[in-house]
Amino acid sequence: MIEVKNLSKSFGELQVLQDISANYMRGKVNMIIGRSGSGKSVLAKCMVGLHFPEQGEVLYDGQNFLKMNIGEKVEVRKNIGMLFQASALFDSLTVEENVMFPLTMFTKMSKSEMLQRAEECLERVNLTGSEKLYPSETSGGMQKRIAIARAIAMKPKFLFCDEPNSGLDPQTSIVIDNLIHDLTKEMNITTIVISHDMNSVIEIGDQIMFINEGKKWWEGDKKDILQTTNKELNDFVYASKFMKTVREKLK
Amino acid sequence: MIRRVFTRPEKFSIYWKQTVAEVDKIGISSLGIVALMSVFMGAVIALQTASNIEASWIPNYTVGFTTRQSIILEFSPTIIALILAGKVGSNIASEIGTMRVTEQIDALEIMGVNSAGYLILPKIIAGVFIFPFLIMISMFLGIFGGWIICIASGIISTNDYVYGIQYDFRPFHIAYALIKTLVFGFVITSIASYYGYYTKGSALEVGRSSTQAVVYSSVMILILNYIITQLILI
Repeated sequence: MIEVKNLSKSFGELQVLQDISANYMRGKVNMIIGRSGSGKSVLAKCMVGLHFPEQGEVLYDGQNFLKMNIGEKVEVRKNIGMLFQASALFDSLTVEENVMFPLTMFTKMSKSEMLQRAEECLERVNLTGSEKLYPSETSGGMQKRIAIARAIAMKPKFLFCDEPNSGLDPQTSIVIDNLIHDLTKEMNITTIVISHDMNSVIEIGDQIMFINEGKKWWEGDKKDILQTTNKELNDFVYASKFMKTVREKLK
Repeated sequence: MIRRVFTRPEKFSIYWKQTVAEVDKIGISSLGIVALMSVFMGAVIALQTASNIEASWIPNYTVGFTTRQSIILEFSPTIIALILAGKVGSNIASEIGTMRVTEQIDALEIMGVNSAGYLILPKIIAGVFIFPFLIMISMFLGIFGGWIICIASGIISTNDYVYGIQYDFRPFHIAYALIKTLVFGFVITSIASYYGYYTKGSALEVGRSSTQAVVYSSVMILILNYIITQLILI
């Protein structure tokens, strides 16, 4: 479980996050949604320690991450997997080496054990046979799946996904969404997905938080979100014609 | 950043592999340009010296002597360092800068890897280790280039040239050149890594970081060249 308490972050004069508090439950896909520039990626980066908030606490299973020393943070980070918006695969390594990378850095596994684990992870994301390819030789959807395989290689307790569907076609997006959802349930991990894709929210969101202007605006589940009376959230959810049609049908 | 770079590595075997790879990337791949530059510069120094000796009382071996001194004291350690600042420095800055803007460095951090140490330390070690070898090869080839041109153009005989390159030889000059090289190796790799690591923004910024890395490391080489010479040679 991850708890965020009264988190605030600014860049110079610009206040990006204001007093955000939330609980992200194990075994659930926790979605953070909001417009571009609303602060959702900054929130995720504060939670994993890539940004340093001015105020607040981030607790991983009750331990305050922000107050830890570097060694303690490293231990927590071994339990965190992250899927970046642009996949962030290492260009100079093959698919297999990318997946094996955290294992080579932090485990005492033998080469054959690491290869076996990488194979398992790639098989789980349906990429068997692509071990020897370089990231530049793979499609955007494959890169996301490789990044997921790398993120789960260390069997993490926490999985962060920053806009996992950006730049993907609708069908591939559903594949990635389902993969994130299924892994969350199978591995019983705390998953946090940053997104502004309403299809994903409806598809896999268990717990949803809407951020607007750096503040927590709304929180609920996917049934609540479709019937919300919150104006800003309504504008966000029903921005597309497709969602407006859904709303008409619901009425 | 320096403190993080020199923090104890997570796994020595990985850093060792990285360092070997960097030696290849930084050093071995620069051999061609270093060899080409050195041979031609040695040849040009020999030709220019010969063409400027008009007085009959100046011995012919002066060509060999001047070529050796110019190559060892200044050309190989400093001019080659400036060339390497361009080639290696821009390569390092753009490689690390691209990793920064594509969030690969963030990915390392999330995994718990000390990204500064993992990416920069092997480059610094590789640079400081391999640059002296490159410079020694450059010295040899520069003097060799001077000899080739002396024979080809017939300005002086091999005997005179060989006598010149042996005349008043002080091994300390080699040590002085290698001390400079060690410092320049550190300067090039660390400054380029710094600008790459702190790249912000997009691909445009990567280009800017690369340019800054070359400019600042070149300026530092020139300043340190003066300081080291003043301290050691004078």
